[in-house]
Amino acid sequence: MHLDLDAFFAAVEQRDKPSLRGRPVIVGGVGGRGVVATASYEARAYGARSAMPTSEARRRCPAGTAFLSGRFDAYRKSSSVVMDLLAELSPAVEQVSIDEAYVDLAEGAHDLSVEGVTALGTELLDRLRERTGGLTASAGIASSKLMAKIGSELHKPAGLTVVAPGKELELLHPLPVTVIAGVGPATEERLRTFGVRTVADLAGLSLVDLVSILGQAHGAGLHQLARAVDDRPVVTVREAKSISAEETFDADITDDRVLRDEIESLARRVGQRLVSTGLFGRTITLKARHHDFSTVTRSSTLGQATADAALVAAVAGRLLAGLDTTNGLRLLGVGVSGLAAHAQDELQWEEVSAAEQVSEAAGPAPAGVTAHKDPVWRTGQDVMHERHGPGWVWGSGAGRVTVRFEGPTTPAGPVRTFAADDPALAPTSPPDWEATPVGRHT
Amino acid sequence: MKFRVERDVLADAVTWVARGLSPRPPVPVLAGVLLEAHDDGTLTLSAFDYEVSARVTVAAEVSEAGTALVLGRLLADISRNLPDRPIDIATEGNKVQVTCGSSRFSLLLMPSEDYPTLPTSPEASGTIAGDVFTQAVGQVSIAADRGDTLPILTGVRVEVEGDKVTLLATDRYRLAMRELNWSPSASDASHVALVPARNLSDTAKSLGASGKVEIALGASAGGEGLIGFEAGQRRATTRLLDGEYPKVTSIFPTSVDSVCVISTPGLVEAVKRVALVAERNTPVRLRFTDGQVIIEAGTGDDAQASEAVEATLTGPELEIAFNPQFLLDGLGALGTAYARLSFTQPSRPAVISGQDEADGEADESYRYVLMPVRFAN
Repeated sequence: MHLDLDAFFAAVEQRDKPSLRGRPVIVGGVGGRGVVATASYEARAYGARSAMPTSEARRRCPAGTAFLSGRFDAYRKSSSVVMDLLAELSPAVEQVSIDEAYVDLAEGAHDLSVEGVTALGTELLDRLRERTGGLTASAGIASSKLMAKIGSELHKPAGLTVVAPGKELELLHPLPVTVIAGVGPATEERLRTFGVRTVADLAGLSLVDLVSILGQAHGAGLHQLARAVDDRPVVTVREAKSISAEETFDADITDDRVLRDEIESLARRVGQRLVSTGLFGRTITLKARHHDFSTVTRSSTLGQATADAALVAAVAGRLLAGLDTTNGLRLLGVGVSGLAAHAQDELQWEEVSAAEQVSEAAGPAPAGVTAHKDPVWRTGQDVMHERHGPGWVWGSGAGRVTVRFEGPTTPAGPVRTFAADDPALAPTSPPDWEATPVGRHT
Repeated sequence: MKFRVERDVLADAVTWVARGLSPRPPVPVLAGVLLEAHDDGTLTLSAFDYEVSARVTVAAEVSEAGTALVLGRLLADISRNLPDRPIDIATEGNKVQVTCGSSRFSLLLMPSEDYPTLPTSPEASGTIAGDVFTQAVGQVSIAADRGDTLPILTGVRVEVEGDKVTLLATDRYRLAMRELNWSPSASDASHVALVPARNLSDTAKSLGASGKVEIALGASAGGEGLIGFEAGQRRATTRLLDGEYPKVTSIFPTSVDSVCVISTPGLVEAVKRVALVAERNTPVRLRFTDGQVIIEAGTGDDAQASEAVEATLTGPELEIAFNPQFLLDGLGALGTAYARLSFTQPSRPAVISGQDEADGEADESYRYVLMPVRFAN
């Protein structure tokens, strides 16, 4: 079975923010160069799609569309409820991403007849809606990962598709080739020149022809998939292989000191995530995208693993020094891989001379020039006000912040504006969709 | 130039001199060994690469004094493989002829006028017994950094104060310190030198067989930035590292909560066995209780191992984890029948030192400070 949460980030926002229900919602980078992570179905009606630049989504969507930066804590909280539900079905759950997973139903004690799995899928989608406070998912149940995934996409949202054994080709062949994972725009274009549009066309090509068009690995793989031959197992353990953070700038940055500040802030984010996941990493990677979109990565491996943000920043800084940044960078990323649950600590001594050298080399940033920083209040962020209770940031700027006081279990709530530095207002954790109404916490 | 020399004498001498030569030197002549035959019946062999120099004088039957520069490693290989008979070496035009029994080699004569002048013969600042020098350098150089992030840490810090010598090295994860006595030429001798650990350890191994080693520091070494060693007819110099060594003495814990005394070979053998299941970079865990220490490695789905070793513990029980290789390095360097391990917290450095008897006095002349491995909470 393949399960995919419908417009997940946007759906969580609409659940937690009653005033947004039924309205277009875009979650993603809200800065000048952000991209859409998820568009609600209302926004999709206007042509907004994930991976589209947010600026284009702004042009397409009507006034009143909510553009929110993500609340990943909230998404993780809902995702883990869903993953727990799947784990109840079978020990073999392969989580592909925060909103998508494969489940090997043969590993659980289930009736695997078409009727049996249909009942199982229907019940799962109902329970999922119940336990997540109204989120929906689509599922495909079939004899292989390929067909299950295609099935889950056929009747979105909130749809269940069961592909009976033996009916795979009947379903698969009329579909466009792009339904097969691994056929992206480039491959599609290449195949189109050979007259291939549907999976049936693809299956009509001989293995020799396909290999000569697409190369050995890709060609042979598609030859199999076009015949619905897919014996990839559901892989239970997917350990995190790396932890990273990146930032796209509103304008290309050339100032070395600003770039270094940015690296420090990214390294802090990576360091926090290492600490919160209980991991240490040995290999530090720096990713940089130049003004012309060319992207380079450089990495360096330490003798011993670390979770120390300052060390990550120092290594990433050295890697940056090896890059040509004279024409400016539009994106920086810092990542750590080679993860382990333990670390050889260092002996501590007073590092007088070394520290002085570093600070002299880096120098203080000139006044007024600072890296692009997240605004103190991010649109969509969960906040708590001492008097008015929990709410979310509706908008901010010019020293003021506007908050809508509502939650997943309240009706649409009122909007109030405060000074951005109002001491009564503080960030808070995502709301509980099973909790009692607003006001209880105050 | 023409001389005859015993095979063993030449093989030993040229092998020692050529041991530090780079196979691909920045300047071709630096791959050479300079042979100088003197009328007084001595042969001097020298090698120099601006970083280290080596020079040895041996007896030879010199029929014609002179000098020749030949490829050092090649001459070392040849002399080691010749039969055990006298070797005749003579220059002929632009060749050097090497003859031994019926074996004949003709080597290219390298241009000796391009060869750099070796540092002058150093004057001793003091002497150390050869075996003590070798042991002390071995104990400390294991802790020197092999990486290149902070070049200064690839050195052994040598500090001389009167008749006391302190050797110290650290790679940030462990620190080794050895204190010993020597016989200084001047009772107020005071020096600090940072010697590349690799060169120091090579030199100590090759000179330690001698009864005593003369060491030259500061101006006596024949120039600033050098340290000189002399033992028997062998003389060596090494360029010092430049820079400020970190102030590391603060890392020695000022208090101790738990002390374990344990048989050194017993602990070493057990850690080696248990560490077989510790994959690269994973730690061994040691649980100290009264009467024994339990050593464990491996977690979860991986292979696991544990072993108990008899030990005495004074102070609170404690569980601590170490990189097994770092632990074995320190235990292996002790050279005493018993190891004394001192702890404060499982997250703070442990100190390893030796003692000769289970209930004897602690020998603090060598201390190995090891930072434990930390697990995230």
